Amino acid sequence: MLEVRNLTVRYGSSTIVNDVSFDVARGEWLMLVGPNGAGKSTIVNAISKGIPYTGTVLFEGKDISVYKPIELARRIGVLAQGQRVGYSFTVGEVVRLGRYAHKKGFFSSGCDDDTSVRRALEITGLTEIENQSLLTLSGGELQRTFLAQVFAQNPQLLILDEPTNHLDLVYQKQVFELICNWVKEPNRAVISVVHDLDLAKCYGSQSLLLDRGRIVDLGKTEAVLSQDNLKKVYSMDVYGWMRERLARWSD
Amino acid sequence: MEHKGGKKEGLSVLTYIALSVFTLVTMLLCVCLGSVSVPPDELLSSSIILNVRLPRVLCVALSGASLSLCGAAMQGLLKNPLADGSTLGVSSGASLGAVLAITLSISIPSLPFAGTMVMAVLFAFLSLIIILSLAYKLDCSLATNTIILIGIIFSMFASSMISLMMYFSSDRLRDITRWTMGTLSGSSYTNALVLLVTLALCAAVILSRASELNAFAIGEDNARHIGVNVRRERLIILIAVSVLIGVCVSVGGTIAFVGLVIPHMVRLILGPNHKKLLAASMYCGACFLMLADLVARVIVSPLELPVGVVTSLIGAVVFVFIFFRSVRSRHA
Repeated sequence: MLEVRNLTVRYGSSTIVNDVSFDVARGEWLMLVGPNGAGKSTIVNAISKGIPYTGTVLFEGKDISVYKPIELARRIGVLAQGQRVGYSFTVGEVVRLGRYAHKKGFFSSGCDDDTSVRRALEITGLTEIENQSLLTLSGGELQRTFLAQVFAQNPQLLILDEPTNHLDLVYQKQVFELICNWVKEPNRAVISVVHDLDLAKCYGSQSLLLDRGRIVDLGKTEAVLSQDNLKKVYSMDVYGWMRERLARWSD
Repeated sequence: MEHKGGKKEGLSVLTYIALSVFTLVTMLLCVCLGSVSVPPDELLSSSIILNVRLPRVLCVALSGASLSLCGAAMQGLLKNPLADGSTLGVSSGASLGAVLAITLSISIPSLPFAGTMVMAVLFAFLSLIIILSLAYKLDCSLATNTIILIGIIFSMFASSMISLMMYFSSDRLRDITRWTMGTLSGSSYTNALVLLVTLALCAAVILSRASELNAFAIGEDNARHIGVNVRRERLIILIAVSVLIGVCVSVGGTIAFVGLVIPHMVRLILGPNHKKLLAASMYCGACFLMLADLVARVIVSPLELPVGVVTSLIGAVVFVFIFFRSVRSRHA
């Protein structure tokens, strides 16, 4: 579905992402993992925001720069991190905007729009607060609102930049279960940036481990998030620390 | 609850009718009242009504609607409730053009007002090109903050140029000062026609982009992610706003606060959805400026105040009131 070849991103003289290549196939959930400054969000921004890069990014065999913004939005949905809102739009209004890419001329595509919006509100548990202002929402509700907007967009590829930001454990589980079910539908795939290695291990079918803009390992999540790889990247015994934390819970 | 049809986001027909009736009643009131009282049976034949007040009130209503529409569009586009047509710097650019025309007595034979108008629109366009070019040089993505920054710097530059011209043209000082304060006295049907055509064209462009403005008001990145062609749509809206501001400035001078306060007030009542906000702001802006102009005409009759002074006075008080109320309700 998505092929990234020799992706390099530079800000001035510093190279943030260095010669990164990977593929995402249908049905896959690729986790971008690595410490702060590894280049995870920059990769996502290069694909979704069109920040200047060298290399090629192909979606369904076609360079993404060839797609018009509206064509790309029908295929790729993006949940950015740290959404900040200034005006008191309602939850429903924001979710309905997710249908922008599907409107025909000046008109909405009618019933399809309403069904998609209602479904997105339902699966994210927002139906009850559809008419509530964004300014009155908690961080978690706000995150779910923008997730519902992406679901309403009905894309093939979902790109999530730290989707569990601001979410408590209940909603972290809910959101990841939602995405897990979403990606099971045919012709869909997910790329997400995550800091939580537990979540990456539980839900990711593939993982891309990065360090200082370079690929450390790419492949099945179990293999990529190995003890040696994590020790090399995080400069600490991640497995040991995880076990230690878990042991406290079992006590 | 299951919704059978799509949810309607725009104004209802009833609201449109109510706003139209209110605007017409305000217009009638402003035409009938003034420093010279006209008997009711002479309203349709009086020269004061037909040749002086009616064209003036029409120009005032159209200017009010235009300035409010521009303010609403700019506040959404720049995601900034303190933005209006002047934030972009185009308003100052148009003023500079018009002041230059007054100072140098530039006019077109048989169309005495056209010199100022052509210069104002020309300078509005030039300002837009300069501002966008500089913004593009700094940041090729034309980010909102860059445009605001360049707009503010350009406004300061244009204001100092106007001051300089005022300093060196003492014989035209009164004309320039009166014009910079904003006044629509002496407006003609030709002015009204120019305003009407420009408003119709630019409003069509801006109103058809209500969804895009909603997306911009939520966030530039969000707009990009849902499929808005951010650069193109921003450019189209900025051009429409610039043309409208340029024509308004050429007809009525610098009329402050209408574009800032009216969309803000409408947003408090109807919410930020541009499918409602843009149209309602046009109606409310027209009514507000007509009433402000009426106050300017009658409050120190037989003398007349520039309408820009009245809008600034009313606008400042209303704005402080709104600001305090919103801060208090947020704390509550």
